[in-house]
Amino acid sequence: MLDFISQPWPWYVAGPLIGLTVPALLLLGSKQFGVSANLRSMCAMLPTKVDFFQMDWRAQSWNLVFILGIALGGLLAATWLANPDPIALSDATKTDLALLGISEFNGLMPDALFSWAGLASLKGFVLIVVGGFLVGFGARYAGGCTSGHAISGLADLQLPSLIAVIGFFVGGLIVTFLILPILL
Amino acid sequence: MNTKQSTAGRLLPYLILGIVFGIIATKSEIISWYRIQEMFRFQAFHMYGIIGSAVAVAAISVRVIKSLQIKTFSGDDIVIPPKEMDGIGTRYWLGGTVFGLGWALTGACPGPMFALLGNGIIVILVAIAAALAGTYTYGVLRPHLPH
Repeated sequence: MLDFISQPWPWYVAGPLIGLTVPALLLLGSKQFGVSANLRSMCAMLPTKVDFFQMDWRAQSWNLVFILGIALGGLLAATWLANPDPIALSDATKTDLALLGISEFNGLMPDALFSWAGLASLKGFVLIVVGGFLVGFGARYAGGCTSGHAISGLADLQLPSLIAVIGFFVGGLIVTFLILPILL
Repeated sequence: MNTKQSTAGRLLPYLILGIVFGIIATKSEIISWYRIQEMFRFQAFHMYGIIGSAVAVAAISVRVIKSLQIKTFSGDDIVIPPKEMDGIGTRYWLGGTVFGLGWALTGACPGPMFALLGNGIIVILVAIAAALAGTYTYGVLRPHLPH
């Protein structure tokens, strides 16, 4: 059993389970699935006079506890359900990434870039720090991230979420095809 | 009844749901930088299958909840606030694009960042701190940005 669930989970198992997060949160307390809202709550914990952060973050405790759970879930999966094999990426992606100088596909992300040594390099700094900054800035500007727009927003057939998801892809394609070839 | 205990009891289901999500996110590899690259290069169905089937299951669930006017477990109304739309939705176009730039660089959106932390990739704390700085900067610039 443990061996079986230690294999990578196929999309048709993982996708529907992730989708069930939306009704689960609604049934538990009419809560919206939206992870990036926590970044705002955390900013609101700081002593700040900025209007946008004058909110009762305690009302968002459930969401902060939810992301604590996400980290714990990651720890549990890494400890007991780890997949010993490299990710079964498509050959086309491996070929493309090799042209960018990434030819090791062990673990979840390229070690040389996503590590303390990597962070000290320009490439790693841009990927981790600039990338992280844009994720936080963009998520709040758009009023949601992948969970809030691409999953719960699209599921509720909201036009703003469709626009945001198109934006996600515009940005993602710019980085993938225009910026990464220069950066890496 | 002890208030503290009841608060903890109220929050426990969300912790469990988060744990389940963290396990799914890890085992389906959606937290992998490589998988995000594969998605933006349109070279595998994996990510599209996950997002597509997640949306389908969530959409059907929301439909059922709305049409049967199902209540929460504690008997309250379930309300899904619509997202505001002004004009052509400038904030969604611009904010979405900025978010996409970041998503492709870090290979992780906010949920996966916390799952990666649990997976022992401690350096992702720097990305989380940067995301907080980005959120804070948005809060400061908000009155000056087109929405």
